[in-house]
Amino acid sequence: MSTKRCFGSPPSGLDLDRLTGALIVIEGPDSSGRSTHIGFLAEWLQQNGFPVAQIGLKRSRLVGKELERAKQGNVLSPRTMSLFYATDFYDQLENTIVPSLRAGSVVLADRYIFTPMARDIVRGADPNWLASLYSKALVPDAVIYLQVSDRTLVDRTLASHGGLDYWESGMDLGLERDWFGSFIRYQRQLRAEFRKLQTRFGFEAVNANASIPAVQAELKERIRRVLLGLYPDSEIS
Amino acid sequence: MIQKKKDPGVLIAVEGLDGSGKSTQIHLLFEWLYGLRLRVHFTEWNSSSLVKNATRRGKKKQLLTPTTFSVIHATDFADRYERQILPMLRGGYIVLCDRYIFTSFARDAVRGCDPDWVRSMYGFARIPDFTLYFRLPLDTALGRILEGRPQLKYFEAGMDLGLSANIYDSFRIFQGRVMDQYEALAHEFAFTAIDATRNVHDQQQEVRALIGQGVDLSRYRTKVPR
Repeated sequence: MSTKRCFGSPPSGLDLDRLTGALIVIEGPDSSGRSTHIGFLAEWLQQNGFPVAQIGLKRSRLVGKELERAKQGNVLSPRTMSLFYATDFYDQLENTIVPSLRAGSVVLADRYIFTPMARDIVRGADPNWLASLYSKALVPDAVIYLQVSDRTLVDRTLASHGGLDYWESGMDLGLERDWFGSFIRYQRQLRAEFRKLQTRFGFEAVNANASIPAVQAELKERIRRVLLGLYPDSEIS
Repeated sequence: MIQKKKDPGVLIAVEGLDGSGKSTQIHLLFEWLYGLRLRVHFTEWNSSSLVKNATRRGKKKQLLTPTTFSVIHATDFADRYERQILPMLRGGYIVLCDRYIFTSFARDAVRGCDPDWVRSMYGFARIPDFTLYFRLPLDTALGRILEGRPQLKYFEAGMDLGLSANIYDSFRIFQGRVMDQYEALAHEFAFTAIDATRNVHDQQQEVRALIGQGVDLSRYRTKVPR
């Protein structure tokens, strides 16, 4: 069993004792295969006898709906969006992540604090301000970043959505009028920020350009190691 | 950490306990400045529409923890700050705020939030040129609020802290703690204290004198016909 800690001091009134579960974070851009892989991982973990809970961006009961609406209208300033995402995060931290960890679940996070941070930094937020804002987050047991090339990302996005998403193309930044060009530039900037966060917070990257089974095998191997570290007596197939 | 940006506008905030009469005072101040044909703008706590929906639901369904209570109010403030307050200051307005970041500093501290974390979160906000703190004894403030046995709201009464099962008792204890925080903040941020036990008119005379002396009002004449 692990002892959990936060990056800074824990949130007021939050008890970090007896958090016997594991927090596994999968980060990566849209179309990197995150949700597909998380679906398979959840299945695999449960077959191995680990209860699974899932969290993700905009899924809080508190502000999930309003965040979705804010994205439809592009009406909030970048700083307001930063704080709104932080609210969404902390609601899930206190109401889902911590109770699930206490119940011994493996929490699979479909993105955590790093995607909002990278997006905000690209939009001019101060990295130290963000690090302080999110300093009450639990340090995950593992953070795995699905890294994909521009080409793969574009191919997958166009094939599955038949177009590009306004936000994932960074159109609010006014980089280029052309969505395709903006998408490429924005995703590059995001990747550069992720690399910095990777150094700062020390997470692992997985080459997600490969086939789904190959990436899945790699993810399972890494998670198996993490779980064996936490539960040395467990058997994981 | 908290930076003082010098835009041409003037930022005036009022702070104080519920029942201190601060809203009445800032309203009268607004009327005076407006009557002088100055560029003046008034804004109050907790009023940005989209965020307000979420805040309202969070309060109604009691979904808020000390941390989410703190961050959601910062979200609301940021929206109002970047949409209204900052542009108004840039544009050379006198901006009057009924409650400012100190309201959060006080309440969040009472809820046990780490003060450094809260200050860092609000680090983007300019420190007011004048923070008028309407000071009065706790019992006087409580008396003004409680005399009509009003319908108190759950978070407003600090019920989330489990101080008492009785909402009125909870409110008393909570307000007492908020007052302690205000007193400490008054020192830390050099508030201008106004004796809020006196009658409304006398207080307003003092407020107007303070602002009249501290601000070169002739620089804020509006050129837009009303």
